[in-house]
Amino acid sequence: MEKLNTVEGIVAPMDRPNVDTDAIIPKQFLKSIKRSGFGPNLFDEWRYLDHGEPGMDNSGRPLNPDFVLNQPRYAGANILIARENFGCGSSREHAPWALLDYGFRVVIAPSYADIFFNNCFKNGILPIVLSENEVDSIFSEIAATEGYQLKVDLSAQTITKPGGDVLHFEVDEFRKHCLINGLDDIGMTLEHIDDIKAYEQQRAKQAPWLFS
Amino acid sequence: MAKTLYDKLWESHVVRDNGDGTCLLYIDRHLVHEVTSPQAFEGLRLAGRKPWRVDANLATPDHNVPTTDRAQGISDPVARLQVETLETNCRDFNITEFTMDDIRQGIVHVISPEQGATLPGMTLVCGDSHTSTHGALGALAFGIGTSEVEHVLATQCLVQKKSKSMLVKVEGETPDAVTGKDIILAIIEKIGTAGGTGYAIEFAGKAIRDLSIEGRMTLCNMAIEAGARAGMVAVDDKTIEYVKGRPYAPSAAMWEQAVADWKNLVSDSDAIFDKVIELDVEQMQPMVTWGTSPEMVTSISGSVPAVKSFTDTVKQEGVNAALNYMGLEENTAISDIYLDKVFIGSCTNSRIEDLRAAAAVAKGRKVAANIKLAMVVPGSGLVKQQAEREGLDKIFIEAGFEWREPGCSMCLAMNADKLEAGERCASTSNRNFEGRQGQGGRTHLVSPAMAAAAAVKGHFVDVRKL
Repeated sequence: MEKLNTVEGIVAPMDRPNVDTDAIIPKQFLKSIKRSGFGPNLFDEWRYLDHGEPGMDNSGRPLNPDFVLNQPRYAGANILIARENFGCGSSREHAPWALLDYGFRVVIAPSYADIFFNNCFKNGILPIVLSENEVDSIFSEIAATEGYQLKVDLSAQTITKPGGDVLHFEVDEFRKHCLINGLDDIGMTLEHIDDIKAYEQQRAKQAPWLFS
Repeated sequence: MAKTLYDKLWESHVVRDNGDGTCLLYIDRHLVHEVTSPQAFEGLRLAGRKPWRVDANLATPDHNVPTTDRAQGISDPVARLQVETLETNCRDFNITEFTMDDIRQGIVHVISPEQGATLPGMTLVCGDSHTSTHGALGALAFGIGTSEVEHVLATQCLVQKKSKSMLVKVEGETPDAVTGKDIILAIIEKIGTAGGTGYAIEFAGKAIRDLSIEGRMTLCNMAIEAGARAGMVAVDDKTIEYVKGRPYAPSAAMWEQAVADWKNLVSDSDAIFDKVIELDVEQMQPMVTWGTSPEMVTSISGSVPAVKSFTDTVKQEGVNAALNYMGLEENTAISDIYLDKVFIGSCTNSRIEDLRAAAAVAKGRKVAANIKLAMVVPGSGLVKQQAEREGLDKIFIEAGFEWREPGCSMCLAMNADKLEAGERCASTSNRNFEGRQGQGGRTHLVSPAMAAAAAVKGHFVDVRKL
């Protein structure tokens, strides 16, 4: 997993609540057996005017000019700001894979669906929770300022606005440590092999039907 | 100290407390399907790792499989590769798989309880958000992403933070035609699609105890649509009766020992929950969604709401977008909504009781002329076989429904079963998101009996007045 400490860049606004993982990456792209290459199909049904299928050359497809990521002012955005319950629905990790492959390293929203929130941390994306008011003001500031950028500092748990205002955010210590160091949790869990084996031995005595 | 069912399930699976708010949680059962597993197996291979406990895994293809003639195999080469990749992975790592030609194949959340592979007191995970289904048997079951699939394969554990606990109590005498599906939709109407975020929900009360185990599976299946990763129901005699004699269930002396243990899988009477929600089932009617989120729902006697009836401006915009997408006018009576297609199936409603309920409505009637396609997709090969023994297939076919092979089918439309742009569908599935059943398709979620009633009338109708 790629390390993440500071991210600075253009912020793209996704101004609707309950953006689900079917919208983030439609089901036809889930047939892939790889974990990369989903970026061109991020938000496929909103982003293009035609119907996308895996294996298509996306460069020639007609773009929906009204869709936010197609607006030149948000080109190269690496921070996405969204409304409540972002990432609801299916557990597909293809959703964070698509966001990452497109170039997003940070998502900001008032709330997230649990599985999506977890999946982000496993893939080097930082999902930040801010209050509805804070999110609202960022949306207004983006609308008013072309080229609006934010600077996110994970170590300091801060977001710095263009005018120098600083917002603070909370993040779980363990997840922060893993993101900053790009750690693989499987390796960390396997440091506790003895604990897992001891648990299995004791559990097999209490509930032998689970081990037969 | 008094404990909730969730506390008991959680505590009996803690391998170690990491001291940072997370625990290493042991996983008893891992279900695997073709869509969310290939990258996990690839990760194992790249790291030179092997599954920790092969016998804890059970695999089947379900999302991508065709529901028509299987003798031809899968025509879509991309889907075929994914299903073949599952076969290769299961063979290489020695994992039991019910392949497409096995009578036991079906939707993961249907086949595992059917086989007795889901047991009370277990922790069970799968790379699919509807894993919450299995909580109906008094298990702690939740959906995970592919990184966690790899983590479970490699370590039999997950690093988890304990959720808060919510008790949803549904009391009263259940009215005719109100099913587990209607109860969960009414709960989501009340608490919203993010109402359960961060919580594990226990469903309790007379109306829940009165549900069959299959009805409880429908209920727990959609806990995720209320935002909760896990939903569960305490063990009672129905649970034990359901599990008894299934292929993977304990037998002989171990059965008695297991039952004695399972009887403790209830919340203590004085247990404290972080949040309690109460509903009265006697006020409920069959439910129909009208929008693009399961919380956009009303009863069959209701209407599509007016945008202004919502106070919050973000919500108003959401409702506006939903009505545009759905092609619906404000204040339209639900019973005036006409349909193009009907889908009876999915991990929510494809079990034998669901098919019986739909068949009881279809019997002796015909699918309306405006319905282009009405299809019934059983949840597993064994459900299909049972339905055929009971003659349900004939009832459906005679009424003009198509009778298909088991799989996820038009719930998420990864295979050939999908809506065309603008088509409107009465569906027994779990999500009415934009494009879920096909780009531009319009989904209305209902129970199996209500879907069958809509098929024969061509529009929504209260099945009790048919």
